[in-house]
Amino acid sequence: MHDLILTIISKYNYWIYIVLLMIGLYAMMVKKNLVKKIIGMNILQTAIILFYISIGAKKDGTLPILLHTHHTGHHLVRAADYINPLPHVLMLTAIVVSVATLGVALALAIKVYHQHGTLDEDEIHARIRK
Amino acid sequence: MNQHFPALIIIVPLLAAFFIFAISWINRKLCFPIAVLALAISFLSAIALLGMVLKNGPVEYRMGGWPPPWGISYYVDYLSALVLVVVCTVALINLIACRQSVSREFADKIGPFFTLYVLFVTGLIGMVITGDAFNLYVLLEIASLTGYALIGMGKGDAALFGLNYIFMGTVGASFYLLGIGYLYLITGSLNIADIASILPGIYGSKVVLVAFIFCITGLFLKMAFFPLHGWLPNAYTNAPSAAISLIAPLTTKVMIYVMIRIVLYLFTPSFSFEALHVASVFVWLSAVAIVMGSLLALGQKSLKRMLAYIIVAEVGYMAGGLWLGNTESITGAILHLVNDAAMTLCVFLAAGTLMFKIKPSLTGELQLDDLAGSFTKMPYTMAAFIMGALSIIGVPPFCGFFSKWYLLSGAVTAGHYEFLAALLFSSLVNVVLFFRIIEIGYYEKPDHRADAGHLIARMDEAPLEMLIPLLLVAAGLLAMGFYTDDIVTHVIRFAIPAGIV
Amino acid sequence: MEIITSIKPFLAVLVSSLAVLGIIASKRPNIRETWTLGAAVLKLFIVASMLPAVLRGTEIEYTLVRVLPGVAIRFRVDAFGMLFALVASSLWIITSVYSIGYMRSLKERSQTRYFCFFALSLSATIGVAFSANLLTLYLFYEMLSFATYPLVTHHQDAQARSSGRKYLLYIVGSSIGLVLPAMVITYHLAGTLAFSSDGIMTQAASPTLLTILFFLFLFGFAKAAVMPMHSWLPAAMVAPTPVSALLHAVAVVKVGVFSVVRVITGVFGIHHFGELHLGPIVCFIASVTIIIASLIALSQDGLKRRLAFSTIGQLSYIILGVALLAPSGITGGMLHIAMHAFGKITLFFCAGAIFVATGRKNISEMAGIGKKMPITMAAFFIGSLSVIGLPPCGGFISKWYLVLGTLEANQIPMLIVLLTSSLLNAAYFLPIAYKAFFCSPEQSLFENKVEEAPLWCLVPLSFTAIASIALFFFPQPFLSLARIAVQNLTGGP
Repeated sequence: MHDLILTIISKYNYWIYIVLLMIGLYAMMVKKNLVKKIIGMNILQTAIILFYISIGAKKDGTLPILLHTHHTGHHLVRAADYINPLPHVLMLTAIVVSVATLGVALALAIKVYHQHGTLDEDEIHARIRK
Repeated sequence: MNQHFPALIIIVPLLAAFFIFAISWINRKLCFPIAVLALAISFLSAIALLGMVLKNGPVEYRMGGWPPPWGISYYVDYLSALVLVVVCTVALINLIACRQSVSREFADKIGPFFTLYVLFVTGLIGMVITGDAFNLYVLLEIASLTGYALIGMGKGDAALFGLNYIFMGTVGASFYLLGIGYLYLITGSLNIADIASILPGIYGSKVVLVAFIFCITGLFLKMAFFPLHGWLPNAYTNAPSAAISLIAPLTTKVMIYVMIRIVLYLFTPSFSFEALHVASVFVWLSAVAIVMGSLLALGQKSLKRMLAYIIVAEVGYMAGGLWLGNTESITGAILHLVNDAAMTLCVFLAAGTLMFKIKPSLTGELQLDDLAGSFTKMPYTMAAFIMGALSIIGVPPFCGFFSKWYLLSGAVTAGHYEFLAALLFSSLVNVVLFFRIIEIGYYEKPDHRADAGHLIARMDEAPLEMLIPLLLVAAGLLAMGFYTDDIVTHVIRFAIPAGIV
Repeated sequence: MEIITSIKPFLAVLVSSLAVLGIIASKRPNIRETWTLGAAVLKLFIVASMLPAVLRGTEIEYTLVRVLPGVAIRFRVDAFGMLFALVASSLWIITSVYSIGYMRSLKERSQTRYFCFFALSLSATIGVAFSANLLTLYLFYEMLSFATYPLVTHHQDAQARSSGRKYLLYIVGSSIGLVLPAMVITYHLAGTLAFSSDGIMTQAASPTLLTILFFLFLFGFAKAAVMPMHSWLPAAMVAPTPVSALLHAVAVVKVGVFSVVRVITGVFGIHHFGELHLGPIVCFIASVTIIIASLIALSQDGLKRRLAFSTIGQLSYIILGVALLAPSGITGGMLHIAMHAFGKITLFFCAGAIFVATGRKNISEMAGIGKKMPITMAAFFIGSLSVIGLPPCGGFISKWYLVLGTLEANQIPMLIVLLTSSLLNAAYFLPIAYKAFFCSPEQSLFENKVEEAPLWCLVPLSFTAIASIALFFFPQPFLSLARIAVQNLTGGP
């Protein structure tokens, strides 16, 4: 039991990401307003981005920037000192993708608004059925 | 030049897309030729790559010269070479066939349309050719985003259903990304081959299991595997004809390709089939997908919506073929991937041509009843449509029969008779579906539909520019049927990894 | 047994498909008809040119392309296939002549489409006849189903629509739903789909599975019209009479029985079939079909419908003959394919001629018509004799062999079935001819000047009637072909 609580508490960041993921999914599924759904989508993607970032984190790791001074030349780089930069790089791409998706989604939402005059999904479906 | 084909095949359309967008501000007429040129170069590169792979075996290309797993490597093996040829061929033929319909529907948006078109193809090509799991996600999103935009450009409720597609598609892609994240967490690598070599030691790990679950769920969402298919019929029905005859044959098939890549090459067969025991469940799900897709198609009054549900059933074919897990069924799945891309292209092109001629300016979908008298008025289009229909039903010597044969054979070998029954059921339903259309076109006179007005009376055969590609694809269905054995023994046989019985 | 390779089987199939291009491109009807007739003559010529070799005991093979592991689209001409192909191709010429007369007299529309799909149907028929394995047979079987649909539904009215649906439902539904899985399972058990005289089923498979497999084949090939898969045949009578004549008396239905016989002899093998004790069961099913079909035929007033039910019964004669598993029985069954074809086609031609001349379709309206159309009704009489199985018509020879077969196989009940059905056949055929000749004609026949059918129709039906008589005196080459086929199957004299 003690181990279990310890496991849960020590991995608190992952739990936060899961909660964010669930909030995002919930918003996308349950909310009726199109913009709220889009926001939910964004929250979902953010949760995943945060997940990746925390993969790269290390205890006592510092920023992964090498400071070169000319006369020292090559010296060994100990990977354990630096946090993993790769997930950050990957997530830059993912953020761009997320922004692009947001753009397309908002553009389509505007088009829907022009067509139906409302952003509420229930109302729109009612209008379509007519 | 030879060794750069893998790069060429993706960079040319990528740059061309932006070039088209820039050019469209200056001279709209140049957009189409540039697009054709770019896709033609990709097509030739794909053929060249297939030739290289057939002669010398798989080709590896390192982007920027960085060796994997640090760099992104593009890996062309038998499976990807085959699918590349399929993607490029479908894209090129469709582009040529749709020019008129595009200039009519999107006269002022030609530049953006072709940009999106070429970018979409870029995304698909990249998905097929890449050997890096994260790169796959990036290109997946490129293809998806452009796909969303293309679909959203349609009339009617395209925007709303496109938005719905965005939601479902993004969840799918995000799940895939999450799965890759878990894999990276535990293996430290993003290269598919590299991960595959690291994984065998850690099969029992929960992380790997979760990674698998997320990846597969994400892919199921993206490929419209029942019951995660809800977005597909709505999105596909409202999309513009030119876009849908590109998207429909390719999206789900490339997603199936990605699933094959992930299941067989990343999580190798010893994990997917032996360590996990989900294969049977997935086969049952596929059988359900096939039956439900076919049944739902029966209830449709709109031509494109019916075809969209047929696609849902076809996804079941291929997914089931993979998860049956023996050589014949996987051969069938891969063969069906190739065949179904061609068959779907054929019927969607025919549907687009019919829509072009019958309902050129009205909003709304092409209903089945609008096809009255089409046999007399548009015989060649309908002839091509029938050839596509016979192939989908599974009549020899069309290609659809042979992939179905392999799938049936695989089902018998694996003892999954429910899958066999589902396949036969779907063939019979397809007979009903297509003969309903044939009946309407054959028996009913066009002037009965008086309320459609003057447009019907003007129904005559489609312009040559649309007809020739369509007939070419229809003839290709026959040719692929006859050459089935060549395709299987020279390409597909090598595409199945060791470890499959 | 010698096997030679020659492209002739493929050419025989191809010639009418290529003629379709000519038919579509023809500007004038006479040119179009010339294409059809030319293709028919050429086809018969190619088929006949292979006859001497087959009579010597050689088989001719041609492989088109390998499509599955161990299975290719391959043609093989053996005695049985040659028998069927000869019947089909010779009767096509005659039917084409008849079609021209029929369609033109009735001023039918869409004749180009008609002749196109007719040619395609014949391609498919010859393809089935010359198939070397189940896959090729299935391919051409399906091609035939789809090629005949536009022919059956030629008139494009509401009745054609519903009949077309029934046609498709039975024929395509059964071939996809029953034959295809049976083929796949056969492939799994045997590793090949090629027809071989000992059959290809290994002993290792369980008898239950093999029995189920056989019934899938028997009912899956619905063109053989074994009850209960027979309803499409009367429904298909909405087609123009030449279609009913050739396709539903000769090509389509014979393709069905041909396929069933191929399965019995080439996939299961006579010996293995006997070991499974399927012989008596199939004989029973065939007998049921024969008797019930004959009884229903008695009640039909529509002439073509009566002929349709007669056909259903006669087809099961063929299956009965083969299921007896005795050499004479199999010979009789195979021979009946030829004899029944000539007899039935005569009957259908006459039905069509009557329709062209008088517009009548029902037997009750045909009293006294013999006075006005003597040649037609005489031919009808001869055709009936052949189908009933009385001398001096060819049908007698095949019935004789069938009777011998029942005695050889010690199946006396079957003998009784054969005799009973002959009586029933007589009961529903002879009154037609009798009433036509010996009753006083109805007033209406005098009012609209009824005269003999046009020459284009008359010559073919006379020809086939005379052929039916000629076959009695000289049943070659069909009898020799049947004998050679049986010899290969049983390995006996």
